[in-house]
Amino acid sequence: MLSPVTDADGAPFWEYARRGELRVQACASCGEPRFPPRPCCPHCQSFASEWRRVSGHGRIWSYVVPHPPLLPDYAEQAPYNVVVVELAEAPRIRLVGNLVAEAGARLGSVPPERIRIGARVQVVFTEGGLPQWVLERS
Amino acid sequence: MTSGIGLKDATAIVGIGQTAFAKQLPDDEKTLACRAVLAALDDAGIAPGEVDALASYTMEDTDEVELAKAVGFGDLTHFSKVGYGGGGSCATVAHLAAAIATGQATVGVAWRSRKRGSGPRPWSNTTVQLPTPAQWTRPYGLLRPVDEIAMLTRRYMHEFGATRDHLFNVALACRNRANQNPAAIMYERPLTREMYMTSRWISEPLCLFDNCLETDGALACVVVSAERARDCRRTPVYVHSAAQGLPAQHHGMVNYWNDDPLTGPAWTAARHLWKHADLTPQDVDVAQIYDAFTALIPLSLEGYGFCGRGEGGAFTEQGALEIGGRLPVNTGGGGLSEAYVHGFNLITEGVKQLRGTSTAQVPGAATCLVTAGEGVPTSALLLRS
Repeated sequence: MLSPVTDADGAPFWEYARRGELRVQACASCGEPRFPPRPCCPHCQSFASEWRRVSGHGRIWSYVVPHPPLLPDYAEQAPYNVVVVELAEAPRIRLVGNLVAEAGARLGSVPPERIRIGARVQVVFTEGGLPQWVLERS
Repeated sequence: MTSGIGLKDATAIVGIGQTAFAKQLPDDEKTLACRAVLAALDDAGIAPGEVDALASYTMEDTDEVELAKAVGFGDLTHFSKVGYGGGGSCATVAHLAAAIATGQATVGVAWRSRKRGSGPRPWSNTTVQLPTPAQWTRPYGLLRPVDEIAMLTRRYMHEFGATRDHLFNVALACRNRANQNPAAIMYERPLTREMYMTSRWISEPLCLFDNCLETDGALACVVVSAERARDCRRTPVYVHSAAQGLPAQHHGMVNYWNDDPLTGPAWTAARHLWKHADLTPQDVDVAQIYDAFTALIPLSLEGYGFCGRGEGGAFTEQGALEIGGRLPVNTGGGGLSEAYVHGFNLITEGVKQLRGTSTAQVPGAATCLVTAGEGVPTSALLLRS
């Protein structure tokens, strides 16, 4: 499986994720959140930023179900889902991830027919600190 | 009217050339590039020694030095490369047109040579991926361009009611034109709705036939001033308008992080393209629209103004994209069914239409829109005879 190859802008996201915290970069001057992280604010051009903790609640914005040909580790789990989740606090912040049955479960652990756009989801974390998503119990 | 030196009809494409297209060709990419470039110059009736400008893609592996010394170009005074894969196709011609219109050069050659049929799939190399935005997508198994575009396609279908039948209409129109084109990979391979609907998934909601071909091949074209073009052996095809497009807050194929991910680079390129043209979308006789994936065509139809927002799917109904329809597209078969060479065959097919020599000729075609890849920083050309 591919691990995130981080850069200076993205590293704090992954450091917080390893502690089980979902945080997104926000401008420390004008307050606008932004994703993916970047050196300065496209709204006010400030270089001051902070990492704002979010609730981890969101909704599925879209999803795909990849089939081979894929890299071997992923082909072995295919077909699996990849979702894009809009965060409850900031709908323009959308995170790519996997909808799984429980934290650490296989990528294909939720059958595709159970996935729908608009479904409420909540973040969980693998042991390695990778955010994943589970369906919220209604 | 804008001030300064304009591009409008200032230059023309006067030569086109191509190699055979196949899943595997014996020549290497450099040799294929040389063959296509020399074929284009021969078509134009211009000697290699007269070439003083080049343009290609950043993904092109044959560089200017290799090409120039092999085919015997003269002294080059302008050479540029455009990024973002298939988004750069039309920009290669646009850069030559700008260079020639402003006196930086007199004879320009644009080309693309690629062994994507027998060579590796770029996405399978995990070491060359830049950390941004790959760190946000690839660990989750969003690995290939098809996965990234399928994500936007699913959302597009959800928001606007586009269906798999609409995507099939795109695949079918391209295949039907390929069935008329002996040079097309899919010349002898008809497509049916049954085949489409029962084909294997690649990344749901996109199936096998929503994906372009994987092709070995090379193409080139020659650009000169309008004045010079009048003395060339072929009917000049004028570059009426040209544009690139990188919208504000755009993120490439993973365009998930702005207010409206389904309004992509086509909209930006289109605004500039039409602003500098004497034509409107209603004046376009035939279009060559970048089709790495079927879903890019409905999005591009919206972006370039052939229909309203969300209407791209419905536009494909009732044979609209076929010969005789509202807007015949990809009349050589496109990337889906002729050859996938980063969209360069769409440029040469546009030229063939305006010369009246296409294998699926639109009667009397005098204007042709050619687009580069939607979903990445893009470019477009409006050609006229």
